[in-house]
Amino acid sequence: MAEPALLRASGLVRRFGGLAAVDAVSIDLRVGEIHAVIGTNGAGKSTLVNMLSGELPPSSGSVSFAGHDVTRWPQPRRARAGLGRSYQRTTIFNEFSVLENCRLAAQARAPGPWAFWQRAGRDAPSLAAAKGALDAAGIAAFAARTAGTLSHGAKRQLEIAMCLATAPRALLLDEPLAGMGGEESGRMLALLTTLKAGHAILLVEHDMDAVFRVADRITVMVNGRVIASDVPEKIRVDPAVREAYLGNDDSPTLAAGAAALPPEGARPALGRPGGQPDAT
Amino acid sequence: MATEATPIEGDGIAAEVGTLPDIARREPGGWWVPAAVVLLLAVLPALISPYAQDLVARIAIYAIFALSLELLVGATGLVSLGHAAFLGIGAYAVVLGSGDAGAPLLLLLALAVGGAAGYALFVGALSLRTRGVYFIMVTLAFAQMAYFVVHDTQAGGGSDGIFLYVKPVLAIGGNTLLDLGEHLPFYYCVIAALAATYGLLAMLLGSRFGHALAGIRVSEQRMRAAGFPTYPYKLAAFVIAGALAGLAGALLAIQDGAVNPELLGWHESGAVLLMIILGGLGSLRGAVIGAAAFTLLKELVQSEALLGPLASHWQMTLGLAIIAFVALLPKGLIGLGALLRGKTHG
Repeated sequence: MAEPALLRASGLVRRFGGLAAVDAVSIDLRVGEIHAVIGTNGAGKSTLVNMLSGELPPSSGSVSFAGHDVTRWPQPRRARAGLGRSYQRTTIFNEFSVLENCRLAAQARAPGPWAFWQRAGRDAPSLAAAKGALDAAGIAAFAARTAGTLSHGAKRQLEIAMCLATAPRALLLDEPLAGMGGEESGRMLALLTTLKAGHAILLVEHDMDAVFRVADRITVMVNGRVIASDVPEKIRVDPAVREAYLGNDDSPTLAAGAAALPPEGARPALGRPGGQPDAT
Repeated sequence: MATEATPIEGDGIAAEVGTLPDIARREPGGWWVPAAVVLLLAVLPALISPYAQDLVARIAIYAIFALSLELLVGATGLVSLGHAAFLGIGAYAVVLGSGDAGAPLLLLLALAVGGAAGYALFVGALSLRTRGVYFIMVTLAFAQMAYFVVHDTQAGGGSDGIFLYVKPVLAIGGNTLLDLGEHLPFYYCVIAALAATYGLLAMLLGSRFGHALAGIRVSEQRMRAAGFPTYPYKLAAFVIAGALAGLAGALLAIQDGAVNPELLGWHESGAVLLMIILGGLGSLRGAVIGAAAFTLLKELVQSEALLGPLASHWQMTLGLAIIAFVALLPKGLIGLGALLRGKTHG
């Protein structure tokens, strides 16, 4: 852990009425690391991501990014500073081309966004950024396709590509594997592993198997609180985590995931990063 | 991640973007159709009566008004129910600015456009803090506020309105270049204004600014996550729309030679919303077609020669006709072409 934390949240609290959806959560992200946040439904994971990205102001606590206190920064300003996020529900622009989706996202940072006499499709800086993002996400082959016609897996990749097009340094990914099949998941995990070299990644995910395959650190949330935060090997044997997961009959997915944890040291191999997705 | 360093495939990519049926809003025929229509409108006065010329000019003025609202509703996804306020402010600016002695045309136009833009800046700055149905209600409330200001004050002329005693002229050093009191110069002035408005909006929508507005229409959340401060974008669209509505209002006042508070009323705001829905949201051409269809439909249902005693109940006939249109053509009149093509192919 030579890298200093790029994003650091300290004592974040968010109350909705009397309920503390997120209660005194501290978390940090470093470049070169995938930091996974897991927890049952309603554990406060999405609320946490929304506070980190700036969509939701915290009731108390602070967020710092790249040495700045960004607690009071609105989301667009944090995004331009290099804090990108993806959504659990795919939020791509269905009627635009795949390339235009990324170009539009990149435009947020390109100079001269008000130049109304210039055609958008001829804006070189944002086009270059978009092209680079499509390459990085492995969907360059679909550049000319209308985004709405992509397969679910490719749409999720586009969601990541749009994030990358804004040249972020930290990525907040809210369930990027939601609704994906096995092959699509493998491709996405390979992509995340490639991206961590240059990015600090926060991964919120329900798929335990996937989390233990790619995460460098795991934070476990229950009822808005962090009950454990450590490397996967330690989390796997943490008594509090096993109690929370295996002792809770309401979350069969998580219980099954925890039960199915591979033994220590047996990390499954990943597919080749940047592989081309199938053209469906 | 490679960004600036990546060499782009220059025009190849740009051409790819351009040929896609995406937010560039490319419509069949590209520039040829609007250009041909302007040309047709330019030669039309030689073929039709002065009465018909006035009707075409009126349609063109309402087309400018409809285009201005299309920028908000169709392009940005902001449904305003108070757009008539800007039309009315433009109209009143001309009449009040002209006074008893008259005033130069360019000054009056500047007053109308500037006044409407100023009020749009004020209304937009406040109303854009709300969303959805609240935005509709707040824009309506601000329009009604402007309505009552002209309706209930001496300066506004009260419920009867005010006459425009002197039609404005464009003159340089005593030489009159354009007298808008005459039919033909006024007609050409209106057509030029419509062409300029259409061209400006087409350029705006194709630019990065226009694409950002389209992004906001589809998902404002996504745009903010990418780093767009969406509020100034929406405010800019609101002010431009208000300014163009002010231009339409100025032309309307000059044509009618009078203004009255109804120009700012919610009936007028509702009518222009109907025009763009009737024509087809999301299309500049739709806005123009909708303005023409609505104005002609209104003439038709008010015609005693055609409908006899029914003409006195024209509001009911108009309402039924519009319901029928919207029910049968959910994509508006602009969708008619695609519908017919689809039928013949399918």
